[in-house]
Amino acid sequence: MSVKTVYLLAILLSMTAIMAATFIPDTERSDTTLTRIETAAAPIRKDSVASVKAFASVYKVLMSPRCMNCHPSGDIPLQGDDNHLHTMAPRRGSDGKGLYAMKCANCHQPTNSPGLHTPPGNPDWHLPPATMRMVFQGRTPHQLAKQLVDPKQNGNKTMEKLLEHADDGLVLAGWNPGEGRSLPPLSHDEFKKAWTTWIKTGAYAPLNGKLLQH
Amino acid sequence: MALQRINAMAIIKLTINGNEQSIDVDPQMPLLWAIRDVVGLKGTKYGCGVAQCGACTLHLNGEAVRSCVTKVSRAAGQKVVTIEGLSQNNDHPLQQAWQQIDVPQCGYCHSGQIMSAAVLLRENPNPTDADIDVAMAGNICRCGTYPRIRKAIHLAAGAEQKVGKNE
Repeated sequence: MSVKTVYLLAILLSMTAIMAATFIPDTERSDTTLTRIETAAAPIRKDSVASVKAFASVYKVLMSPRCMNCHPSGDIPLQGDDNHLHTMAPRRGSDGKGLYAMKCANCHQPTNSPGLHTPPGNPDWHLPPATMRMVFQGRTPHQLAKQLVDPKQNGNKTMEKLLEHADDGLVLAGWNPGEGRSLPPLSHDEFKKAWTTWIKTGAYAPLNGKLLQH
Repeated sequence: MALQRINAMAIIKLTINGNEQSIDVDPQMPLLWAIRDVVGLKGTKYGCGVAQCGACTLHLNGEAVRSCVTKVSRAAGQKVVTIEGLSQNNDHPLQQAWQQIDVPQCGYCHSGQIMSAAVLLRENPNPTDADIDVAMAGNICRCGTYPRIRKAIHLAAGAEQKVGKNE
């Protein structure tokens, strides 16, 4: 065995040891009130209580009209604080950008249009695509938390990408909704702090049926 | 001190119905105003002004945008097609079908209707009733000519397919 091969093996073993030390196997968990979400990238400090508490704030924002209206359970976006179906019933389309003469960007401009009842704007206005619908509407805190960290349901996002997503242009648009529209229940700074805390303390999902602790 | 709005004019270059044009307007001006009042093409109509009715629909790079909420600046350097430019002799299959079936009643919304239908047929040459309903849901007709609109789109689709087969 060459010196180079030994050196490479040593590095590989070290990395494996570090990774193993970072994960806590499910079998070692004794907490019966929480369900831990498996994550590709290990969180820095696991704290289930802090994580669930932070997610309560995250959930309130994600279920607010400014977020949920573009994460509907069907293929028609929602509108208004009462989450009614979008007038004109535009459809998601395969890429989430609408169909035929009813594409999102036909009305939604790169910036908010001035005045009441005018289309809010963003250069990348769209719904999640048909292959990755990322539904918020109707999701329990448990379901939504699990969905958010599952790459098969979250747009193939790693935990790092999820952290970055707090500053995504369309996410930020929720706090610049145009005239006459309510804001999410927390400021973006507060939301980002809760989002980051939730992920960095383990991205725990509250158990179904349990009320969130505020 | 009262608020003062300064309208900065600018030369905007764009291609309208195949012709390159330069217009000296406020870049924040709705494209509809520029098309109608500056360029002088009156076929595109003002309806609601808030992207709710579809009367102002024209094509921006082939997409059926609502020109009442689209700023001229978005069209800078881009290709705009209005109802006047949909065909050279008003003989687009949709225009012919509209005439044949006598679709309009008052006619005000129909330039927008046809521009939306043109995008539908380009992307779906043989649409079902459901496809038509989805595509045309954003174009309101106060006269209620929807059954004739649907019939005309089917007719135009058939005509386009026949032309395609003969070519």
